[in-house]
This record gives sequence, C-alpha cells and structure tokens, in this order.
Amino acid sequence: MSLRTPLSEAKGLGSAKEGVAHWWFQRLTAIALIPLAVWLAFAVSMLGDASYETVRAWLETPHVAILLILLVVATFYHSQLGLQVIVEDYVHGWLKVVTLILINFLCIALAVIGVVALLKIFL
Amino acid sequence: MAKFTLPANSVVKPGKTFKCSTGSKNIKKVTVYRFEPETGENPRTDTYEVDMDDCGPMILDILIKIKNEIDPTLSFRRSCREGICGSCSMNINGSNTLACTKAVDDYKGDLKIYPLPHMPVVKDLVADLTNFYAQYASVKPWMQSDTPPPPDRERLQSKEDREKLEGLEECILCACCSTSCPSYWWNSDRYLGPATLLQAYRWIADSRDEATGERLDELEDPFKLYRCHTIMNCTNTCPKGLNPAKAIAEIKKLIVERRG
Repeated sequence: MSLRTPLSEAKGLGSAKEGVAHWWFQRLTAIALIPLAVWLAFAVSMLGDASYETVRAWLETPHVAILLILLVVATFYHSQLGLQVIVEDYVHGWLKVVTLILINFLCIALAVIGVVALLKIFL
Repeated sequence: MAKFTLPANSVVKPGKTFKCSTGSKNIKKVTVYRFEPETGENPRTDTYEVDMDDCGPMILDILIKIKNEIDPTLSFRRSCREGICGSCSMNINGSNTLACTKAVDDYKGDLKIYPLPHMPVVKDLVADLTNFYAQYASVKPWMQSDTPPPPDRERLQSKEDREKLEGLEECILCACCSTSCPSYWWNSDRYLGPATLLQAYRWIADSRDEATGERLDELEDPFKLYRCHTIMNCTNTCPKGLNPAKAIAEIKKLIVERRG
C-alpha cells in the first residue's frame, strides 16, 4: 500500500520537457512520405515488366537515387517514431526499454542497408 | 503489458432480476452493474423492470426510482439533476454521459448502465476519481499572475479575449471524456487525459494569466500531453458538447509555435 498523496502520484517524476520534436518529426516525415510514396508507386508502375538492365539504369539516374534515398530515410525514421509510440502505449517496465532499443537498432540498420544498397548501384 | 482481459475477480456475472408488479404495459428493462468490494464477491449485473408510467423522463429518474422503490442497496452519485455538477456521469448503453441530462427516450429498447470505464469502482456506479482529481490539481487550475490586480477594480479582460474561453469554461469535470479515452485507459498514471488538458488550456487561453510559459513547460512531456493520439472519443462523448481534442491540439500548436 502506498502512503503517498494522490497529488504526489499524479505529479510523478515531473515533465520531461520534451516530446515536441518527436511529434513534429512524425508529422514532417508523414508529409514527406505522401509525394515520395505516390512517386514511387507511379514510377514502378511505369517500369512495368522492364528488364534487369533497364531497372538498374533507372536506379543510376541521379534524381531517382536521390528520391529513393530520401524515401528510405523518411520511411524508417517515420517507422521508428510510430513504433516507439505504440510500444510506449502498451508495453511497460524493462520490456519497454528492451523493445525500444531493438526497434531503434532495427530501423537504423534497415535505413543504412537501404541507403548503402542504393549508393552501391548509383556510384 | 497493458491488460486486455479482466482479472478473475472482476469478471461480471449475471445477478438478480426484479420483476415489475404494477401490471403496467410501459416497462423498461434496466440492467445495472453492481459491485460491493466488502463482500469479496465478483461484480454482477442486476436487472430491474421499471414502470415508465410512474417515472420521470431522464435516466437519473429511473435510478432514483430504483433506489427509492425497488432496491435501496444501489449506489450512484447525483446532485444537481441539471448537468452542472458532473456527479452522475456513467456509462449508459456503451457511452459515457450524464444520467440527469440524458432522456430515456433517446434509447430504443433495454438499458445497460455501467460505471465510468476503466476506473477503480468504489461501489456499484461510483467510480474512484482520486487520481483524476489529483491530475486536475497538478496543472494548477487557478489564475497565476505576477502583476497584482488593480487596487480599485477587478482584472480586466476584453470581450474578444473572454470569447476565447467559450467552450472551455463550461467543463464540469464529470470525467466522461477522460474515461472514454483508450490512451487514458492504458496510461492514466502518466497521461493527464482530455478533461485535465482542456482545463489546462482554459488557463493557457486566459488573457489575464501570466504563467503560460510555465504551464506549457509542465505539459510538454511524452506522456502528460503527447499520449493524445487524436482518437476523438472525448469530443464524441462530452455531455456538454465541448471539444477537448481541439483544446489538446491548441496546446500542441502553441508548443510548436514557441520553438521558432
């Protein structure tokens, strides 16, 4: 049984005085992903059943490489921010910390893999 | 992890049925959640048949009739019976509202009455709002000003500035919105909830208050404020027709605005 006052419980550890950057970048990446995702869907459908060489040549075009790198970075940044919110909502205690660490590592790793793969083709 | 199922001793079981003996044709079947922690028994739902030919028009009239004439052991909070005290907030046919301002005719068929969702129950329809009130107190819901009031008059406020408090100052802290919010269900130990955030914004929006910066500092927190995911249950359920979701959005906008 806790003998702390309800107000003490409600105040808890106080305000973290952060959270706005998370909120802002979640919206920023969401806005960025709208044109990028539409462009990708359109571009891939235009490629149709193009040959391996054609698609490779397409990936070597500078503007395509730039847009795809932006898409990969925005996607995994947005995923990391969104998954973090879900975990904070539903998971508590040490499991939360472990899950958040794994999500961070996974998102960063996937973003780096994507960017390196695109650069390898482009360069 | 968040709990998605009820613990064994919280599973609601069917309870007693109280038949109506007046022979009236105008009968309303009312199922009410009953729980008394002292007995150690599981919660149950009792069903009352209420003669609507001899009952007032509101849900609260039904509850008062049940308590007066059928089953005096039923507990619920009520006071003003006109939607200004916020005592009789409860879950009626699946949504939170005030029993006193909700007409029986607004519902077709039987009635199901439960306490406010996801709150500890003191008895029957009486929810424990200790944490809810403590959270409200934690946002310092009073005017904070370094400038002393003029010695010969009250603090003045323009009509335009007063209008900014419309839709905020009407909140009666009935807790219908907060207890309808899934984010508040899962994280009410840290998330302030729509009612408290609307009240916090009521003081942020007040032109006479001088603590806006400190208030925003206190709210900028991943849990206190940003657990709001714009689910909008709060606005849907508010029995006073207010918009807590908009108040929360205004707080978020101000915190973004002051960054640069």
